[in-house]
Amino acid sequence: MQWETVIGLEIHVQLATRSKIFSGAPCSFGAEPNTQACAVDLAMPGTLPVLNEQAVRYAIMFGLAVNSEINRNSVFERKNYFYPDLPKGYQTSQLEQPIVGCGRVDILLPDGSSKTVRIHHAHLEEDAGKSLHADFHGMTGIDLNRAGTPLIEIVTEPDMRSAAEAIAFARKMHSIVTSLGICDGVMAHGSMRFDVNISVRPSGSETLGTRTETKNLNSFKFMEDAIHKEVQRQIELLEEGGTVAQETRLYNGDTGESRAMRSKEEANDYRYFPCPDLLPVRVEQAMIDDIVGQMPELPDARQARFIGSYQLSRSDAGLLAADKALADYFEATVKSCNDPRLSANWIMADLAGALNKNGLEIAACPITPHRLGQLINRIADNTISGKIAKQDVFPALWLQQGEVDEIIEQKGLRQVSDSGALEQLVDEILAAKAVQVEQYRNADDKKRKKLLGGFMGPIMQASKGQANPAMVNQILRRKLDN
Amino acid sequence: MHRLTIARIVEGLGKGDFSSMEITRHYLDRIAKLDPNYTSFITVTAEQAMRQAQAADQRRKQGDAPPLCGVPIAHKDIFCTQGTRTSCGSRMLDNFIPPYSATVVENMAAAGCVSLGKTNMDEFAMGSSNETSFYGAVHNPWDTGRVPGGSSGGSAAAVAAQLCAAATGTDTGGSIRQPASLCGITGLKPTYGRVSRYGMIAFASSLDQAGPMARSAEDAALLLQAMAGHDPRDSTSSEVAVPDYSAGLGQDIDGLRIGLPRQYFQQGLDPAIADIIQRALIELQRLGAVLVDIDLPHSSLSVPAYYVIAPAEASANLSRFDGVRYGHRCETPVDLNDMYCRSRAEGFGDEVKRRILVGAYVLSAGYYDAYYRQAQKIRRLIKNDFLTAFGQVDVIAGPTAPGTAFAMGAKSADPVQMYLEDIYTIATNLAGLPGISIPAGLSNDLPVGLQIIGNYFDEARLLNVAHRFQQTTDWHQQGPATLTEEV
Repeated sequence: MQWETVIGLEIHVQLATRSKIFSGAPCSFGAEPNTQACAVDLAMPGTLPVLNEQAVRYAIMFGLAVNSEINRNSVFERKNYFYPDLPKGYQTSQLEQPIVGCGRVDILLPDGSSKTVRIHHAHLEEDAGKSLHADFHGMTGIDLNRAGTPLIEIVTEPDMRSAAEAIAFARKMHSIVTSLGICDGVMAHGSMRFDVNISVRPSGSETLGTRTETKNLNSFKFMEDAIHKEVQRQIELLEEGGTVAQETRLYNGDTGESRAMRSKEEANDYRYFPCPDLLPVRVEQAMIDDIVGQMPELPDARQARFIGSYQLSRSDAGLLAADKALADYFEATVKSCNDPRLSANWIMADLAGALNKNGLEIAACPITPHRLGQLINRIADNTISGKIAKQDVFPALWLQQGEVDEIIEQKGLRQVSDSGALEQLVDEILAAKAVQVEQYRNADDKKRKKLLGGFMGPIMQASKGQANPAMVNQILRRKLDN
Repeated sequence: MHRLTIARIVEGLGKGDFSSMEITRHYLDRIAKLDPNYTSFITVTAEQAMRQAQAADQRRKQGDAPPLCGVPIAHKDIFCTQGTRTSCGSRMLDNFIPPYSATVVENMAAAGCVSLGKTNMDEFAMGSSNETSFYGAVHNPWDTGRVPGGSSGGSAAAVAAQLCAAATGTDTGGSIRQPASLCGITGLKPTYGRVSRYGMIAFASSLDQAGPMARSAEDAALLLQAMAGHDPRDSTSSEVAVPDYSAGLGQDIDGLRIGLPRQYFQQGLDPAIADIIQRALIELQRLGAVLVDIDLPHSSLSVPAYYVIAPAEASANLSRFDGVRYGHRCETPVDLNDMYCRSRAEGFGDEVKRRILVGAYVLSAGYYDAYYRQAQKIRRLIKNDFLTAFGQVDVIAGPTAPGTAFAMGAKSADPVQMYLEDIYTIATNLAGLPGISIPAGLSNDLPVGLQIIGNYFDEARLLNVAHRFQQTTDWHQQGPATLTEEV
């Protein structure tokens, strides 16, 4: 039987506010345990939440970016459950009246086609702390630094039909929230976490199959793998005549295996009710207008501009525009060298390769866009050849050995364009290759072209690659053809 | 010295008749000598009080005395006090020393008050008799075989026994007004949002409100002045400007329209109390007020609605007491669930557990619509009743409680009987309105309180009406026989 996969996502996005959603404590990642938590985050008796307006603005920015309805009145509710890293015994979240209503996002699929994924809603809520099980001799340590970090939870309709579509959508969300600057997008820190709802059904069927939810995937690779495995598991179950149990599953990225965490029957009754400590969130038109006026350029618009202004191909423009930091880097490079084509090539080939090899994000790139622009300038003005740029200057820039011109001078990489010196060099080589010269002179035009390379190579070699190839070519032709 | 009202204490301190250290020492001595009869204090902070009194005297000498500089008061043990145990009357917080103070505590300190200690209360403010405290029941100074009311029973008893000049209280369903009535003192529950809830341990967040418990309306005005105001740490605190409450006292009440809800004078009200309330109303009429019969048609629904909403909120508010970060943790838990279950089973008393169970029930899947949502609808109806009434009248008056102080243990076996103690006070909490209870007479030598309910942020009017009444009557000056004999 042919099976169709149906996927819906719930995405937790940590908002990059300076302080927490309901307290003034900082949100910085990686601090000593329990140093970023104040009395409110610790749920000390009598403490009260005060809503961080920046978190509301960020949620609205997101809503506007995904063409969503912004709800003028939204309500925080308490989601009740006991867990040691949930200090109040409830999570302050939104249920019946979320701040962001339904919306839609277009994604580009690997085959070049595009598809619309509907957003069911997105709501504001607080993150929980962390339970640490290692190093406590069988006990559990609690770190509440993360408790109270603002999140938006984005819930999609079950519109995706393959792992590839789900990944394309997830990447698009990553691209949007980082472009908006509302999330740092560092997946390894848990800044974006994905819950994947998966079901399968016979192709052509209209009814949805029973779904499972695989929680807390924090890399695209894990997500892709988890989806493939879960789809496979469900199909095998059904083909053996079994049924899929509605359950929550955990995926282990190290082993690539998933296991059931809790069944539908064991699911909590969260006893949601409106939080009496917080007023309903009222969003005035003036606030929306203000935010619209400050919205940064979104990836789709930037891609279109890259195509229009810089004549980049659709795929190159899309690749660069999807990552705000990369796109910013690209534009800064263009500003320094005024050559979008070469800038794009250098960034997507050499620079991306080096970053990848060293496991670095563009933000941590040791080469500034200005230096890369200078490098491109020196190729364009014939100070160095493209080959020298790649082999000698780029690695030196990567090691931060100085400015482009300094490196060229220090290493003596300047291209030789002095016609006298080049004539001498050409004469020396021609004298040493009298037989080949004779062959050349007797050959037809087509053959001559090929034989010319036999002189170019040794000349360039003798010049340690520094001879200006165009000039050498010209001199050779003049000497041989006449 | 302990007979002085705050207004007279401030005067005496100002004239140099006595120092804050003298009056503070005097109150501390009285607490040490007399409080074993009442158990109105959980914690007495004698050394700290003397240091604060010394500092107050110093400030007065330097000429920068704030309005209540050197006045000794007590705080209900529901208000967090930095460095001083704050138990909320519960074993759960017997070991809890807050690293911060409630805004009310800070405000009173800023106004110059000296804090004598923390007063007893029903556990987590859940009760109307002060019998649910982990630290023992409070005894009514008028008759130590009787309850002082609750949940601010410790504050009411301490003020009535003149162990402090005044005290802070909190009122979720009547917890300031009902004990004020039963102990013969003046107690004011302000409009919801008038006083910050920050640092006040939450029972039912949408109903909880702090207020003063004092010897007179004049004192209550001075205290409310210090307590009230917007607090950026409490999103539900109001930005409405705080008027000068003392300046508003003594105004004529000629033509004041007082609404008398028919529903407050019907079945369940002790005829002797009805009679005392009638006489108090006649006195107000004599002062120029006009009495108008009104209807609050949904009154009978207030107690049931309250006992859905308050426990629902409490069930979530009390989830933080899980033994993980502070408070009681059971010995040698075998696992997480065992730690939760035993810590909470041991830390909470029966009434608290009852309300958590009820609260969790009314919020649970399948019951939310039948109970919680329904109760919220009733809440709106009750609020609308009041709004309609305030279209016709300026204030509303009636009894504070259906009876006088009852014998200890008399109602503890029957929660519903206990809940009905707040039958006249609960509606104002549901509507968020201010209400004051003032002594209006004695029935069998036990005090009876008159409740006056005002429109939103109309505390100044309530205080003025109460003050006018107290200018021509002396019920608020009467004390328990034991105090009169004491001399």
